[in-house]
Amino acid sequence: MDVALAVTVGLFFTVAIYLLLSRKIVRILLGVAILGNAVNMLIFNNGRLTREIPPFIDVDLMTPDRLTANPLPQALVLTAIVISFSLFAFLLVLGYRAYQELGTDDTTEMRTAEPREAPNPPQGY
Amino acid sequence: MAGSSYEKVDISQAMVVEPTASADWLVVAPIIITLLGGSICLMNRKRTVIQPLLGISFLVLLVVSNIYLLRHVIEQGVVTMVMGRWLPPFGIAFTVDKIGALFCLVASVVALAGAVYGMADIGKSQRRYGFYPFLLFLLTGVSGAFLTGDVFNLYVWFEVLLIASFGLIILGSEKVQIDGAVKYAVLNLIATTLFLAATGYLYGVFGTLNMADLAVKAADYPVGAPLLTIGGLFILAFGMKAAAFPVYFWLPASYHTPNIVVSAVFAGLLTKVGVYALLRIVVMVLPMVRADFAEVVAWMAALTMLIGALGALAQSDLRRMLGFLVVSGIGSMFVGVALGTAEALSGAILYAVHSIVVMTALYFAVGIMGRVSGGFEMRRLGGLYRYDHAFSAVFFILFIAISGLPPFSGFWPKVILVDASLETGYGWLAFALLFSGFLTTVAVGRVWLHVFWRGGREGTPDGVLDVPGAAARLAFVPADQRVMLGSLVVLVVLVMYLGLMPEPVLAIAQDGAAGLTDPARYIGSVFGEGG
Repeated sequence: MDVALAVTVGLFFTVAIYLLLSRKIVRILLGVAILGNAVNMLIFNNGRLTREIPPFIDVDLMTPDRLTANPLPQALVLTAIVISFSLFAFLLVLGYRAYQELGTDDTTEMRTAEPREAPNPPQGY
Repeated sequence: MAGSSYEKVDISQAMVVEPTASADWLVVAPIIITLLGGSICLMNRKRTVIQPLLGISFLVLLVVSNIYLLRHVIEQGVVTMVMGRWLPPFGIAFTVDKIGALFCLVASVVALAGAVYGMADIGKSQRRYGFYPFLLFLLTGVSGAFLTGDVFNLYVWFEVLLIASFGLIILGSEKVQIDGAVKYAVLNLIATTLFLAATGYLYGVFGTLNMADLAVKAADYPVGAPLLTIGGLFILAFGMKAAAFPVYFWLPASYHTPNIVVSAVFAGLLTKVGVYALLRIVVMVLPMVRADFAEVVAWMAALTMLIGALGALAQSDLRRMLGFLVVSGIGSMFVGVALGTAEALSGAILYAVHSIVVMTALYFAVGIMGRVSGGFEMRRLGGLYRYDHAFSAVFFILFIAISGLPPFSGFWPKVILVDASLETGYGWLAFALLFSGFLTTVAVGRVWLHVFWRGGREGTPDGVLDVPGAAARLAFVPADQRVMLGSLVVLVVLVMYLGLMPEPVLAIAQDGAAGLTDPARYIGSVFGEGG
């Protein structure tokens, strides 16, 4: 199971990096979303996949007496999902706004902040 | 491994019900003050007159609380506060040592200066769009990152400051800002995602994310593929946050686009959070990884410094030039990480403090200049020396400080870093430091020559003063905008103080650096009394 999930994570990373290398904002954003999911699954896998026994401890024990599911990665992944989801929502709006304002979603054409024909600094006094 | 037991944890301690010592509340005070202040500012979003006053009073409170925090840490050593008495390594610990407290204090001073400057620079509609709430939330993220003792919690603070900075960078929604914001947002989000991936691996290997616990466990862990992967990912992610070569491109693409006060606060704070995280995680928690990557980081440092300085030389727009100077300064801090000795680290910490203050002050000064002379384009400016001597003197002090020349704040960290490089046998790194300082001197010297000494715009003959409205002096800056000069002067005094009296801050930096190379006190604070 670990290996299968690890391979899936690897595939997700591959797809994400391929999309991130694209010039179109939409594809880059899809890449960001997939990258976030790849990392979430990576954390989940790093918490070790065990049988689905809930992590409850008997009343008179201090530690569980058998191997249980690890609750911590779930907490981490949940936090990460919420954060990456909200940031992704912001990025989507920003990308759309950029398309409206700049008239392009090609990052090589987005040169408003760094114009190609920016003047050189003075060469002499 | 995940799920291992912790025999050394004394469970009886978890049953302690006595309240936390009141001084220890100072550890979380920066978070509480900024969150509360930000929320109250947000509630008064539409009252554009009282909003700045609210924001500024909360930031004053933050500065005062951070002064007490620094004093507390100097007296008590490393202080730990654990959330809800969940003892480390289970609960989230806030552990603050001298570096964290020092950075927190400097960050809050700079933010306060920014809030005051913003009274004049930020218009009504931008106040309604939430400049002050975002500024305070930005400080929540920055302070949280400086204070936390948990790697995943550090990630959360990174995201808090990131989302606040998104709000600030597009304040105004101009074309240019949206263009800059797209690059800034996408690349920073990728950097934090990589940081999260490294955190996931760290958890997989050690089964804990508490920094002190990690430092103990990593010390006995064999250096191999897992640790080097983690270290490489951390260096890439934090290098991207800090804008180091070769992943710095987002910074010069975006830092000149927002309001000048936003640029100033960003230039002061954001990249330094990346450097701080690098110091904390790669230097303190994973020292053997740092040693393995020393050569790589050294090259990153040298190329960052040189490319930053060369980029500054190639710019004609003063704001864009400042963006490259920020990058160049990051290189100097990376020298400390590359060398890893206590001396080099103290130099890097001192440089970070210097850079926070001086970069913010430079953006403030350029902002005022742009206001009185109507632009940032070097070819079209001129005659400012005749325009106002005192203002020119302020610029001159900042130029000397950023170039690393005596007697101002840039000099001492550079001396320490050069000395440390020579002692460790990295002569070429010392040369790169000095050469980038030389290039920076040329870049800012040229600004001085053209913008201050030349009589007017490009092509003005010698000896002729041709500035529109040259009779008007800065004293005639409208009264409601004079606060800008005030906050600039405060930062410049700080720059002079750091240069002329480096001793107190240097002592803190040296002690903090010693704590990074030997984290025994840090670990003791987390696992000792537990708060």
